[in-house]
Amino acid sequence: MKEFHPRILVFCCNWCSYAGADLAGVSRLQIKPHFRVIRTMCSGRIEPEFVLDAFRTGTDGVLITGCHPGDCHYISGNYKARRRFYMLRVLLRELGIDERRFKLEWISAGEGGKFQKVVNEFVEHITGLGSSRKNPGPQC
Amino acid sequence: MVELLIDSKKVQMEPGKTLLQACQKLNIPIPTLCFHQALSPYGACRLCVVEVDKNGRRSIQASCMYPVESGLEVRTDTDELKNIRRLMIELIMARAPDSEKVRDVAARLGVTKTRFTSPNEGCILCGLCVRVCSERMGRSVLGFAKRGDQRKVAPPFDASSPVCMACGACFSVCPTAADLLKKTTDKVALPVLDEFDQGLRKRSAIYIPFPQAVPNLAIVDEKRCVHLATDQCQICTEFCEAGAIDFKQKEEIIDINVGAIILSCGFDEYDARGRSEYGYGRYANVVTSIEFERILSASGPYGGHIVRPSDHAEPRRIAFVQCVGSRDPHSGKSYCSSVCCTCSIKEAIIAKEHSRQPLDTTIFFIDIRTSGKGFETYYERARSEHGVRFVRAGISKISEAAETKNLIVCYESESGEIKQEEFDLVVLAVGLVPKDDTPAMAKRLRVLLNDHGFLKTSEFMPVDTVTDGVYTCGVASGPKDIPESVTQASAAAAKAMGLLASARKSLTSRRAIPAEVDTTAQESRIAVFVCHCGINIGGYVNVPEVIEYVRSLPDVIYAEHNLYTCSQDTQKRIVEVVREHKANRVVVASCTPRTHEALFRETIQEAGLNPYLFEMANIRDQCSWIHMNAPDDATAKAKDLVNMAVCKARLLRPLKRVEIPVIQKAVVIGGGIAGMTASLSLARQGFEVFLIEREPSLGGHLRHIFHTLEGRNVQNFVKSITEEVQRNERIRVFTGAVPGSIKGFVGNYETEVRTADGGSVKIEHGVVIVATGASEHVPDDYLFGKDKRVVTQKDFEKMIQDPGLRHMLEQARSVVMIQCVGSRDEAHQYCSRICCSQAVKNALRLYELAADINVYVFYRDVRTYGFSEDYYRKAREAGVIFIRYDDDRKPAIETRGDTLSVSLLEPILGEVIELNPDIVVLSAGIEANKDNGDLAKMLKVPLNSDGFFLEAHVKLRPVDFATEGIFVAGMAHSPKSIDETISQAEASAARAATIIAHDKYYAEAAVSYVDEDLCAGCGVCSKVCPYEAIEIVTENERRKSHVNEALCKGCGTCVSACPSGAMEQYGFTRRQIHAMVEALEHQF
Repeated sequence: MKEFHPRILVFCCNWCSYAGADLAGVSRLQIKPHFRVIRTMCSGRIEPEFVLDAFRTGTDGVLITGCHPGDCHYISGNYKARRRFYMLRVLLRELGIDERRFKLEWISAGEGGKFQKVVNEFVEHITGLGSSRKNPGPQC
Repeated sequence: MVELLIDSKKVQMEPGKTLLQACQKLNIPIPTLCFHQALSPYGACRLCVVEVDKNGRRSIQASCMYPVESGLEVRTDTDELKNIRRLMIELIMARAPDSEKVRDVAARLGVTKTRFTSPNEGCILCGLCVRVCSERMGRSVLGFAKRGDQRKVAPPFDASSPVCMACGACFSVCPTAADLLKKTTDKVALPVLDEFDQGLRKRSAIYIPFPQAVPNLAIVDEKRCVHLATDQCQICTEFCEAGAIDFKQKEEIIDINVGAIILSCGFDEYDARGRSEYGYGRYANVVTSIEFERILSASGPYGGHIVRPSDHAEPRRIAFVQCVGSRDPHSGKSYCSSVCCTCSIKEAIIAKEHSRQPLDTTIFFIDIRTSGKGFETYYERARSEHGVRFVRAGISKISEAAETKNLIVCYESESGEIKQEEFDLVVLAVGLVPKDDTPAMAKRLRVLLNDHGFLKTSEFMPVDTVTDGVYTCGVASGPKDIPESVTQASAAAAKAMGLLASARKSLTSRRAIPAEVDTTAQESRIAVFVCHCGINIGGYVNVPEVIEYVRSLPDVIYAEHNLYTCSQDTQKRIVEVVREHKANRVVVASCTPRTHEALFRETIQEAGLNPYLFEMANIRDQCSWIHMNAPDDATAKAKDLVNMAVCKARLLRPLKRVEIPVIQKAVVIGGGIAGMTASLSLARQGFEVFLIEREPSLGGHLRHIFHTLEGRNVQNFVKSITEEVQRNERIRVFTGAVPGSIKGFVGNYETEVRTADGGSVKIEHGVVIVATGASEHVPDDYLFGKDKRVVTQKDFEKMIQDPGLRHMLEQARSVVMIQCVGSRDEAHQYCSRICCSQAVKNALRLYELAADINVYVFYRDVRTYGFSEDYYRKAREAGVIFIRYDDDRKPAIETRGDTLSVSLLEPILGEVIELNPDIVVLSAGIEANKDNGDLAKMLKVPLNSDGFFLEAHVKLRPVDFATEGIFVAGMAHSPKSIDETISQAEASAARAATIIAHDKYYAEAAVSYVDEDLCAGCGVCSKVCPYEAIEIVTENERRKSHVNEALCKGCGTCVSACPSGAMEQYGFTRRQIHAMVEALEHQF
């Protein structure tokens, strides 16, 4: 059987986590290739609909990344992202989408190493869960 | 014009042109070996044969000789022609079986070997050399001699010709690369070597100096151009379709009236032949660090493949030899070049990363001097993660193994053993030396040089020469790395601006931006440019495959790939493409938008597009660089990323930037030397400054420093600069005060200053400079605080200087200094940079006071970089004993009765030695201020893992924060010396002035907006907005939100919060992001 490679979507904010992802690149830190990044200016811009849309179109995992608490370039956008994250996680459960496929992490502009670690672990984790189409979450 | 048919395609040609030229016009490939665009056709090789149908008569003709005629019907690809060509190439091959070019052409015709036997003449009698010599060089040295099978190319009488000028044209056109010069002349032809590639490859007499040269134009090498010497040749003009080659250009001398001059003339590398025992210049595989840098480069002589010069084999063992022309009084270069340690570490790591096979790298060094910001952790990673081997040794000799051309490095290890090791390649870390013409220039400008031949500056005026109005920056005044050079560049600019403030903007003109094309009614027409970035992308991502894919995407009307999309010529190309193809959206797939988006936006603006009709796909930093081991996956990912960008680009709309008024005043936080220098600099440039100092008096740490390494009086300096600050009408000083809050954004800050008397003052200003300094580490080991004979360097300096305290030294006979206390350890993973020089300074000063004291310095690496090295040597000569220790074997200290006992494993003896000093001086490191975090939060700027402020870009933006309008200087950034602090302070002032020199600031375009039809006026958006940029207004009895674009910073939080979908963000609309998410549905 063909090895399963997950499809993972990572949202990055322009100032911290996207810069951290760039730093991972500049430092040539090797990361599993099964993810794609969408950049927004702030993690506060990420709408629940984007995440739902991703799962609807067959994405196996969604990772939201932003500035560390207190570090947000826009003061508090990351706090709003965090609130939405927890709310949305409950909603995913209701919708029958395995909430373990959805994650939030704080990554600063100086943490290329953390970006590598977080993404690699998430890719491995989602690989373990298998395809989201074939293995939907527990039905409510 | 005549019209004819070639392979059933119509083509119009001017009369007199040949069939071959007509075929070339139609891009029909015709094999040739004797044809050259700049020479008359000759018809010797007969490979270019075509079938010509003229008035119903069919014949086979050499296309290079056959003139075009109306009504001809030509076929180029019949089986008969193929057979003829195959036969011809077999005949040719028989005469020159070794020629690469002949074999190449043969292979393309499907021929790999010849059935004919003939002596290997190494010449196919194509006559190119004969023609070029007579037609282009006007010499006719070469001609054909004899007939039939005796026919050959030769000079008259087969003798060396006095007419031959050894220009090498014959050789350069010869398809068999025959060394014709040997036949024609006794003169020695010198190859023209490419200077940028360090002579590792040849170049032409007309050439582009290097791939990203600005301007990216060819130049004619006056000394090597045959045309300029003899009026002949001009071959290049035949190839330049633009007709741009102008041999009449002359050097011009232009007079410009200026108010200030900045000398940034850089450096040369030390000529490694000066250390003949290393064999540079004799052994092919001994290269300099600069040569190796070119070898590593994608655009270098070997295309980025790491091979050695002698046999182009991939090395398995590389040795780096440090301090070649540095720290070496015998070669006249006694100073430390400062940058080579980090440079060699970088080269070793990159070599290991690029090498296709396991590669051993060894760095032979005296001391590793990685004292720059972040360099120590890089050094640690080189050791622990990359396995770079570091050997502390003196190299006595390098010799070459005759057969393998390998190199035997003979060295003395630290313990005194003589060892030998074999390497495939040796890299000499050559030092930085003043440029040859520096003395002449210095004389012309009446500036002085220092003892080492660099421009003379002083510790307190690091970018000033001795002549007013003449400033310097970079290595011209001494060895420096990139961030220091960039910092000094801004500092020199600040100095010049201070001088010329009254003339500001008197000669400026505005960039003319072409009128914007209205594209709103047009369908999307997207042009895509995919960058190879040398091999950075192209080496891992299959760029042509990406291009093929991109061309299949809807609305993409054009796609191409570039070696460097950011190069100046590609910028021109983008403008051309947009205009030619009427593109109204541009996508660039290259590096990160964080560094390059602005450049490309400006470019499409040149083409008449709104700058926001642009989108970038990051296929380097977030693709090729992080998936180096998975090229197929990287290619697939690159395709996805470009598709996502295209999907977003389709929905882009033109945007406008809002103008914001700027309050042309500055706040400087911190009144140490950095803050005071920055304030004075801004004041000199004509700006009002508010200087906030927490302590009751100005001066910072320098109040505890008495003299510099060079012996200058620091106290006097601090006193005079403090008075100058206090006297200056434009500077308002708040001592005993702290910023209570800082609100606002670039150009429009409001700071509440909590003053000493408990009150508060509100200040409005446009920029902030953070110059809050750092703290001395308080040691918690070595009996510090428990025994009063254990002191820090700062205390010790006071003891030496203060007559009231000097009695403590009177009884002292022996002093031990311990370096790296609170530096380079688990809790401080950085070098504090200044402690080695400080120890040397205080040791020397102590000797001046009491010559009979013994001073021992326990060190890990002595890091007296730059000209401080002279003082280190002086200290050794004066009798200071330097003993090294390893970080895992720190000196032990205890008290036995009244006696202090310090013991240490002496690495040369290999034995533990014990000393009983009267005073132990701890070189306590520099720590970031504990409360940096509070200020960082207030300003929304980041700190690094060591707690120092983190600049926008370590190399290129060393005093900026990513957040516009906020800058950093001095120890708040990282530990640094007085001159470096002053440079950085001046630099921060220059950078701040780039904003407050204008009365307007242009805000980002990606702000929020409201669809009033959808808005219910619920006010959620207003509540979540951190900038109070949204208010709820009532119009016609209906509540709705209103966005103040000047206040909106474009985070988009309100958009996600809006329950009715009425809020939107320009540049990141709901539809655009959905399009990117959905682009992935069928991908991966």
